[in-house]
Amino acid sequence: MIRESLMEADRIGSRMQQLRAEGVPEEDQRMLDLSMEKAKALRPLNKLTAEDKVFLARKIERPHIDDYIGALFTDFFEQKGDHLYDDDPAIYGGIARFHGIPVSIVGHRKGHTAEENVAYNFGMAKPEGYRKALRIMDQAEKFRRPIITFIDTPGAFPGIDAEEHGQGEAIARNMARMSSYHVPIISVVTGEGSSGGALAIGVCNRLLMLEYAVYSVLSPEGFASILWKDSSRHGEACDIMKLTADDIKEAGVADEVIPEPLGGGQENPRRLYGSMDMAIEKALSVLMSMTPEELLRDRRRKFRGML
Amino acid sequence: MMKEERERSIRSVFKTVTERIAPDYVNCKACGRRAIRSVWKKNLNVCPFCGYYMPMTADLRLNTLFDPGSREDFNKDLEVRDPLNFPGYAEKAKRAEKKTGLKESAVTSYGRINGIKVVAVVLDTRFFMGSMSSIVGEKVTRAVEAADRERLPLIIFAASGGARMQEGIHSLMQMAKTSSAVQEFSEHGGLYISYLTHPTTGGVTASFATLGDITLAEPGALIGFAGPRVIEQTIGVKLPKGFQRAEYLSKHGFVDKIVKRPDMKQTLYNLLKLHLDSMQGDRL
Repeated sequence: MIRESLMEADRIGSRMQQLRAEGVPEEDQRMLDLSMEKAKALRPLNKLTAEDKVFLARKIERPHIDDYIGALFTDFFEQKGDHLYDDDPAIYGGIARFHGIPVSIVGHRKGHTAEENVAYNFGMAKPEGYRKALRIMDQAEKFRRPIITFIDTPGAFPGIDAEEHGQGEAIARNMARMSSYHVPIISVVTGEGSSGGALAIGVCNRLLMLEYAVYSVLSPEGFASILWKDSSRHGEACDIMKLTADDIKEAGVADEVIPEPLGGGQENPRRLYGSMDMAIEKALSVLMSMTPEELLRDRRRKFRGML
Repeated sequence: MMKEERERSIRSVFKTVTERIAPDYVNCKACGRRAIRSVWKKNLNVCPFCGYYMPMTADLRLNTLFDPGSREDFNKDLEVRDPLNFPGYAEKAKRAEKKTGLKESAVTSYGRINGIKVVAVVLDTRFFMGSMSSIVGEKVTRAVEAADRERLPLIIFAASGGARMQEGIHSLMQMAKTSSAVQEFSEHGGLYISYLTHPTTGGVTASFATLGDITLAEPGALIGFAGPRVIEQTIGVKLPKGFQRAEYLSKHGFVDKIVKRPDMKQTLYNLLKLHLDSMQGDRL
């Protein structure tokens, strides 16, 4: 596990901060030694296991949807609620501009603190959340706005009210409707994309994945629990599930992997935003040159071909 | 006579004889009482003592539903794929095939219900609990496409433990594929009756099973997205009585009618007729 390496790197980093605060210049031998040490501690990051990537994908410091909206979009207007029953804070979205073009944005919301995560239910949406997403996307279809979705969820919320309100129907309806839109849809898996709760906002023309993001039929814990009745074997599950960005591209599901700074986006968010901006722009410019009918057919063909 | 053939015929005679002397009993999973297999079958797998609904095999379901001689299966030869090279999966699939005579859980057929031709899909729970594999998704999609192409009504008898874990992301993608196919069929004016049987959960519930124009369910069927055990573990609360059963779903507004097995054919026929009579020459 790279957890220890990261902690070690953090310790060295804070020692460097301390020296800096004392006015020690960067070219001082002590600073140079420490930065060498830090690079050495981070060396395991160059060859990460699937389990390492799951760990990084879930890191609380990792940028989330509100960071991406702030960095890549302008004029964001949040749309709240499903206008049927409730507002689910686990789904976030609205209208904004991307490079000046009005677009609709939908994504799972996770927090950077424990309190935020509780408020957003760790990105686990209820039917109301999926219906909020549907409302935003239906309007995108109506007003001919491209849709950009950000996927980051451990799965749809398993709860009594969620079941009573039709969790299955809500997810199914979103997929069916997304398959029928005539506007470009780009989905980006930014963290963990688990189960139907992820796919409910992921029926797209182009699927992009951050380098350390993972996409799977179920969380590794759930997978191990179902197959081996033992959720503690999730490490083993990570290895055989083929859930890393490279695996998903290999499987023909992801179209592009967006490179991340060593150790993950949180190490250098600006660089991550730059790469993500470029990847979305590239995908969008191709899709914007297609007719509405072509966009529909392109998406249907993509998912019809999934074996 | 070939040796195997002779053995087979001896075995079948032996089976008939032994059945007469010591009948082949099946125990009810609910009340534990036993009845002769043929009695179960005649009773459409409903327990003659307590009324418990044992799952119907695809064969029993389709042969009960269709007019005699009208059943015509298609895509029978599609076999389980193993896209992740998952340890032990191929062997387990072979064992399931041997046990059930099926190559996958989904059976797709043409057939007639009191003369009306339909496309029907049954998920047989004896095969990997009816879980959604890429071939289950493919067979369901092809059945929807066949109904669309030939302008026939579509009936899907769902039953599923959820995603086929051994196929990972390929299993997940079937949710989008089947939902997209049903959506296109619906846009073309096709009639889709979703028939939920025990148990319908996970990725099947969250895709084609909940997208029917009409949703029917069998008494007592467990229908839900997350399994009861997962919900209990996540929220740490005891689940209400009857939670996720067909009757509970009907009360919460997700099922049109709960249909007893002996009424299956007549109920479907009535629905087909109601649609047929308004769409004559146009769609059906």
